[in-house]
Formats: sequence, structure tokens, C-alpha cells
Amino acid sequence: MNAQNVDAPSAYFLAEVSDEIETHTLSLLVDNEPGVLARVIGLFSGRGYNIDSLTVSETEHEKHLSRITIVTTGTPMIIEQIRHQLDRLVPVHRVTDLTVRARRANQDKPLERELALVKVEGSGDKRLEALRLGDAFRATVIDATTDHFVFEITGRTSKIEQFIAIMKPLGLVEVSRTGVAAVQRGPEGL
Amino acid sequence: MTREMTGAEMVIQALKDQGVDTIFGYPGGAVLPIYDEIIQQEGLEHILVRHEQGAGHAAEGYARSTGKPGVALVTSGPGATNMVTALTDAMLDSIPLVCISGQVPTHLIGNDAFQECDTVGITRPCTKHNWLVRDVEDLPRILHEAFYVATSGRPGPVVVDIPKDVQFATGTYEGPTPNPATAHKSYRPQVKGDAAGIRKAVELMAAAKKPILYTGGGVINSGPQACQLLRELVSLTGFPITSTLMGLGAYPASGDNWLGMLGMHGTYEANMTMHDCDVMVCIGARFDDRITGRTDAFSPNSIKIHIDIDPSSINKTVNVDLPIIGDVGHVLEDMVRIWRSSSLKADQKAMKAWWSQIDAWRGRNSLAYRPNNDVIMPQYAIQRLYELTKNRKTFISTEVGQHQMWAAQFYGFEEPNRWLTSGGLGTMGYGLPAAIGAQVAHRDALCVDIAGDASILMNIQEMSTAVQFGLPVKVFILNNQYMGMVRQWQQLLHGNRLSHSYTESLPDFVKLAEAYGGVGFRVDKPGDLDGAIEEMIAVDKPVLFDCRVANLANCFPMIPSGKAHNEMLLPDEANDEAVANAISAEGKSLV
Repeated sequence: MNAQNVDAPSAYFLAEVSDEIETHTLSLLVDNEPGVLARVIGLFSGRGYNIDSLTVSETEHEKHLSRITIVTTGTPMIIEQIRHQLDRLVPVHRVTDLTVRARRANQDKPLERELALVKVEGSGDKRLEALRLGDAFRATVIDATTDHFVFEITGRTSKIEQFIAIMKPLGLVEVSRTGVAAVQRGPEGL
Repeated sequence: MTREMTGAEMVIQALKDQGVDTIFGYPGGAVLPIYDEIIQQEGLEHILVRHEQGAGHAAEGYARSTGKPGVALVTSGPGATNMVTALTDAMLDSIPLVCISGQVPTHLIGNDAFQECDTVGITRPCTKHNWLVRDVEDLPRILHEAFYVATSGRPGPVVVDIPKDVQFATGTYEGPTPNPATAHKSYRPQVKGDAAGIRKAVELMAAAKKPILYTGGGVINSGPQACQLLRELVSLTGFPITSTLMGLGAYPASGDNWLGMLGMHGTYEANMTMHDCDVMVCIGARFDDRITGRTDAFSPNSIKIHIDIDPSSINKTVNVDLPIIGDVGHVLEDMVRIWRSSSLKADQKAMKAWWSQIDAWRGRNSLAYRPNNDVIMPQYAIQRLYELTKNRKTFISTEVGQHQMWAAQFYGFEEPNRWLTSGGLGTMGYGLPAAIGAQVAHRDALCVDIAGDASILMNIQEMSTAVQFGLPVKVFILNNQYMGMVRQWQQLLHGNRLSHSYTESLPDFVKLAEAYGGVGFRVDKPGDLDGAIEEMIAVDKPVLFDCRVANLANCFPMIPSGKAHNEMLLPDEANDEAVANAISAEGKSLV
């Protein structure tokens, strides 16, 4: 079935799907058992799909369920394939294409956030500039000496990318990022 | 039923509770506790193979010929890695297979212990699912779940890896749950098709002027009932029907509406009908690259209906217009019922015109070959084998290559589950163990492995298994001394430079058969063929039948790589020049 029509009984009246590359955010509910992440990642590498970002953590401890958020790119046909291939893995309870859900609700995108720790080294004007820009991006300083800052910044991927790019000439040392966590807007759950 | 027992006892008990009567295996250090239970029980027959790959293919042959899951038992390390080919084969052909492997004790896992390998890691991509059992209390549940996963939805192979200490440990055994499909927490494939979709499909079929039914292994997997419903649908609609390699036998080859197999070595009429049709009903097939040829030129003007139990098969390579997710048997049942109860009817006038077009394509006689009085033509050998075995209960397995395609083209299958071949993976060495598996399940039947001289050597050791267990399988070798399909492709693609496709020193197959304790035949004259085949059938022992055939025959018709269905290379047009130029530069990089 085509992505636009996941719940419809028939895709017969669908228009031709496009061949353009799109970025989608998928949310998976899986049993938190040994090897489950390897199954998911192995599927992507084995079938030549892309992973732009992947985050995983147990979200329902009593049921041992983990939630995996994957950002992937491909044509709509490929993304449909990815969804169905993931869905047939035995420990996968549910696969939701949050991007498709958002589109159907006439929203631009699902809610997506990423956290990054950004280490910047420097002195003098550059150091002041880094601090000023950190403020502008609402980044928090969580570690500092007279020679460095570590910023904690949260936001959409584009904001993080922009912040890192700006910090580069100001003495960027290293970056650690969590990858994207995402939920659908509105009161509904998965 | 719950009671205390060891892990090894649980394995035997669970197999029996799952209705297993036969397992194929090979012992080793990490499965000794299970083997110790096997020798102390009755009711579960163990067939000792000569190589674990043989156990896997034999279990596949057993599964394919019975519709029940096949079971294999192997040890850790090399035992498990030798199973990988068979698991992958079962994965691609959707064969239900439960493989139980031994593993080093849990405290040694990760230590590079003797005969240790990461079995679940290695087999993860080639199984539907696999389990490493770390606690004996989990073992019964996992064993029953393994059978559920292997056999439900789209069937496939599973592995249960059991460390040796878990086999020795004592725990509480529990029997299978009565309804695993609803009890499973996450794996519940959809079997019933969407009613509105099926109704729409019937409407489209009734409105079709140039329809075709394109069926596959999913019909066989769905069971005899599905095959019966398919036959009913054909007689109700009058539609032409073709099938993939995996689906042969679902509809009888003698049926009026049968077009023969489609695809790379399919008939001209099947491929042309696919190309020109206006409504295609794909039933339990997956638009494999051997079927479609060039996808951008694949049946360009048709509305495509796709019935499949696996949602990931939909729109994988070919965009379809109407997908119906569900078990073929269930969907066909609804489809036949709706067709009967509605006032809809196939367009008789259009159908008449369509059939006269198809008859014109049939007239092209695309399976023709030049008969020869001095040399046995491979096609002729299969035809004679068919004529002399068709009135018996016969199971045919094959290896992979030209002989496989000739068998598919020239052996007419009337019933499902009688044809065992490695379609997706194309595993040379599949046929002999598969025939053994079928023979174990059908002691009274004639089980023939149609083989090539190269393929048969890949699992020839299983002759010893056949002799030990009194399994009179017949290996019918089309011996042309070449890896015929490799040679054919070298002729097509590489200027006929036959790099390493000739076997310079083949064994004497007659002596080889005798060395194993079987019977050997050698025939090289067409006139001697019938008599020798009859003798072969009469022998109650494993046979190697060395049928010396024309060395350089090519398998036609053929859709050359990168070409469309209507660009077939037909036998009467395939002169040396046409063969040398059949594949374009782009097509050469394809497989």
C-alpha cells in the first residue's frame, strides 16, 4: 500500500507515487530483548536503506517495551518497504510513520527534538562570542573552565546543525548528539 | 501439561507435541544431551545426514512435500554455519523450517570457545526469527513459539540456539498454547483479506478484456485447499493462468488454461500474455527479477491486483493498483464466493479474442528443440522421464541450472507439493537431500532428483544417508560435463570464453553409486533411454543415473538480462550471432 493511504482498504484510486527522495521519521515499539536493535539495524544495512538518525530507549519498563525512532530517507516506495519490512520483524509491535501521520493531520512535521553537547575551546573575543551565541540559541553552559565551555542545546536537527556550524570558527572541539526523538502532535499516542 | 524435565527432554517433548515425526540432523559436542534423549525414545525418527547442509535441505524437502514444518538438529559452530545456506534457501522460498542448534555453555559464550560461533548473529538475516535460550524456563515457550513463527504468515526458517548447560538444566515443561495466533504478543499476520478489496478485484476481473492469473509459491504454501480454489477460479472465469517456478503444480499442467511457466525461461505465450494483458491477478507471487525482466517495461498496460500474505511484498519491485493482504486460501475462497454470487461474468467476446491471440503465441512453439537420433537431447530426457513416471506418485526435486529449467519446462506437474526446487537462492546441491526429505515423508512414492553433473557433486555425500535409511531416491543426472547454465551465460555475455565451466574429471557415476551401496546406470543413446528409466524405477535402492546428453545445448526460450517480456530469445532464432548479441551492455551487469 502506498504511504499516503496506510489505513485505506484499497490503494486502487491512488495517484502515481513520486520518485522524489523524502525524509521520514519512523517510530517503532519493540520488545526490549537481546538482539532487537541488531535486527533493526541489520535490516537497514542488509537491504541498503539509509539511517540518518536512530535513538532507542526502554520506554515502558513493566512491559519491557522500547521505542526506537529512526530518521530515514528514500523514495515513497522505499519508505513504504522499510515500514513493512520493519513490521514483519517478530519482536516489533508497531511501526508508525510519523511524517505520514503529520501530513495527514495537515501538519508540517511531527515534533522532533535532539539534544547535543557541544564543547568549545577559546579565549578573548571568540570566547565571549561563543557565550553570546549560546545565549541566543538558548543553549545552557553545563561545564566551563577559563579555556572552554560545554553547551547543552536542545532543538530540531536544523537548529543543532546551525549551532554547530556557528561554533566551528569559534573553537569547536567536539560534539555528542542523541539523535532525534519524536512524537506526533496532539493528544493521540502511537 | 506441566512437569519437571531437563532442557534436552523438553526439546524432544516439544517436537512431539508439535506433531513432528522426523528430524534431520548431525550430532556434535554441543547437542549430545539432546542426542542422548533421542536414542532413549520412540516416535521421533532421526535421519542422520552426512553434512548439516544436507539436513537443512532434507528438512526443506520434507516440508515442501508435506506442507508441515521441517526440523533439523545441528551442533554449535560448524554445525550451525553449515546450516546457513539451507536457512537462506528456506528464507527466500518461504519454507517452514525449525532448526535447533547446540551452543557452548552460557558461561563460555563470547569466549571464543571450541566450536563456538555467534549463531543468532550469523543467522539473523537468513531466518524469520531466531532465539538464544539462556534459561531453561524459557525453553518450552520458545520452542512452541518457533513453530508458530515458522509456519504462520509467510512461512520461513527459524533457529533455536540452545547452550549445552541449558540442555542439562531442569525446568518446568509446558505444552503448546491452543491458539498461538492470538496469544502471541507481537506477531499476528493478517490472514483474512479485505472484503471491499476482494469485491473490487472481482469487478476488475469481470471487466477485463485481456486478463491473466499469475500465481506463485504462495498458493502451494497456503495448502491443497487453496490450490483447489485456484482451479475453481480458473474454471469459473476461463482466464489463462501462468505460474512462477515455485508455484508449479498448483494448477495442473494438463489444464486447458495453462500457459506454462513464465519468466526468464518461461514460455513465449506466458510472457507475451503477461506483457499484453489488461488485468493481472498476482496470487502468492512476488514479482521476482526472474519473472519481471526489465521492470520499466513490465506489463505496461495492465491493472495489477496483488494477493499476498506479506505486506512487504506489495510495491516492492512493481507498483500494483490493488493490493490484498491475506492468506491466498482465504482470499480465493472469498473471491470464488463473490464471483459465484454476483451477476458478474467474464466478457465472453473479449475472452474469445484474447484466447485466439494466446493460441497464436502458443503456435510459436517456444519450447521446441531439434531432436537427435544419436545424442540424447536434455529436453528429450526430461520428456521421457515424465512420460514414464507421470502415472505414479512422483516427487521431483532439482539442483540448480539448465537441468532445473528444463525440468520446469518439460515435466508436467498435476498436483501441488510434488515439485521441490531451490527457486530464490538457486542452491546447487539442494536436490538430493530434498529428495531424501520427500522420500522419508512418502516411503511409497517415487522421488527423483533431476540433477546436473556439477550440482550433484555439491551434496553427493547424502547418497550415504539414502543407503543407510533405505531411501530409494533416484538421481537423474543430465550429464553434459559443463556447468551448463554458466557456460550458456558465458556464451551470452563473454564471447564464449568458457572460463572454468567445464569439469575435466567427473567421477564415474556408476561406480560412485556402487561405492555408496546404490545402483548406477549410464545411458548415452536415445534408444536406450526408456528401458533404462524403467529399470531405474524398478530398482528399490538409491540410484545414480548418468544420462549423457548433448554437451552444448542451450536452455531456451530466454528473456535476456535487461530485456522485457516481449523481447524473448526463441530457440529457432537463437543462432550463434543472436546469442552473442542478445544482451546489451547495460544488461551485462545484471545477474
